[in-house]
Amino acid sequence: MNPVWWIAIIGGAIVLIAIVIYNSLVRIKNQVENSWAQIDVQLKRRFDLIPNLIETVKGYAKHEKGVLEGITQARTAFMGAKSPKEMAKAENMLEGTLKTLFAVSENYPKLQANENFLQLQEELSGTESKIAYARQHYNDMVMEYNTKVQTFPTNMFAKLFSFAEKELFETPEAERQNVKVQF
Amino acid sequence: MNIHDQSRWNKIKSWMIISLFIILISLLGYVIGMLYGSPVPGFVLAIFGALLYSLLMYFQGDSIILATTGAREVTKKEYPYLFHTVEGLAIAAGVPTPKAYVIEDTALNAFATGRDPKHASITVTTGLLNKMNRQELEGVIAHEMSHIKNFDIRMMMLTAVFVGITILLSDFLLRSFLWGGNRDRDNNQLTIILIIIGIILAILAPLIGEMIKLAVSRRREYLADADGALLTRNPEGLASALEKIKQDPDPLVDKANKATAHLFISTPFRKSEGFVTRLFATHPPLDDRIKLLRSM
Repeated sequence: MNPVWWIAIIGGAIVLIAIVIYNSLVRIKNQVENSWAQIDVQLKRRFDLIPNLIETVKGYAKHEKGVLEGITQARTAFMGAKSPKEMAKAENMLEGTLKTLFAVSENYPKLQANENFLQLQEELSGTESKIAYARQHYNDMVMEYNTKVQTFPTNMFAKLFSFAEKELFETPEAERQNVKVQF
Repeated sequence: MNIHDQSRWNKIKSWMIISLFIILISLLGYVIGMLYGSPVPGFVLAIFGALLYSLLMYFQGDSIILATTGAREVTKKEYPYLFHTVEGLAIAAGVPTPKAYVIEDTALNAFATGRDPKHASITVTTGLLNKMNRQELEGVIAHEMSHIKNFDIRMMMLTAVFVGITILLSDFLLRSFLWGGNRDRDNNQLTIILIIIGIILAILAPLIGEMIKLAVSRRREYLADADGALLTRNPEGLASALEKIKQDPDPLVDKANKATAHLFISTPFRKSEGFVTRLFATHPPLDDRIKLLRSM
């Protein structure tokens, strides 16, 4: 066969491989981004639940103003947070105050019997675990993506099309410590 | 084998099961047609019937399974606790949230079904909901979620509906061979041979169905246990759930039958020990599963 043909066939094969690899990189990158958005969705959901919770608790536990204010503060701090660090700090604050609230609520039998409160409590703890799972899934996806970007032969094409490695979602230092429950 | 390989394998195996079923039924149709003197129409009729049934079951098999087990779809309002767990683990697995079903039964059991993660459902008994704590329920749901994610559900659904119809058909055939058929025809040697072949097929068919079910089911449970533990990052949750299932005196799910048994997380029939039952069981022994989970 003519050497020109050989060059054409090999060149064509390389282009084909490049297309397949490029598409697979795009697919997994989109999955990573989607799983990041999923975390946001759950975080937002939790913050939407809070005004409702405060309203419900207010009616029964008027003496716990401090706790309620703490929650509102944390929520405001989160809304205004600009960097991931600030966000993590506000989140941690919120988690702590919520725990305090649920601990305190044990002192109010009427509140404990309130259907609405119980529902909110279940909703919040459900959202809490969903946040954790969303983070876990994000990290799983990032790991898969990074492995792909780093290993041969995908790494050559990843460099060529500038697919950068992504960062894992690390739990902030403060969150790893046990949350103090204040009374 | 990672999750992608597993789901690819499951899709291939699903096709193989469909083909095997169609071949088996068309052969059966041929033999029956022969008995009545017209093998080709019997063959064609059987092939069409098998194709139609396969198509119907591919899209509707899960609804039929859910109906026969007496499962009822529930809303978030009724079972918020179950819903949150299912939603959370769907997020962890990165699949769309499956629908939630409940069986009113004191037995502790659960299963997942559907044709792919977009059309899937998870069913638990009310007994399981009442007796498991959150970690244990998460373990069970994670196990089912792994079945969904790696397309086990498609295979298991197809196996269930095909085994179901094969048992029904061979029952019916055996009876018509014994009591009816072509009594008034000449009883020459050929017919006798054919009847024998027919009977052999009628006996063989459920056996083949049984073997398929075995081949697909046992390793699958170990794998789903492991993948489930990876989802919750907590093997102890499922281990302790299985422990509770083991100690439960009433494993019976009233509406489970031979065809749907392999769908459940633990065998829905009475427990019996011994080598032979182990050999023909659809589920690996709970003790082995618990031991494996605890060693993770």
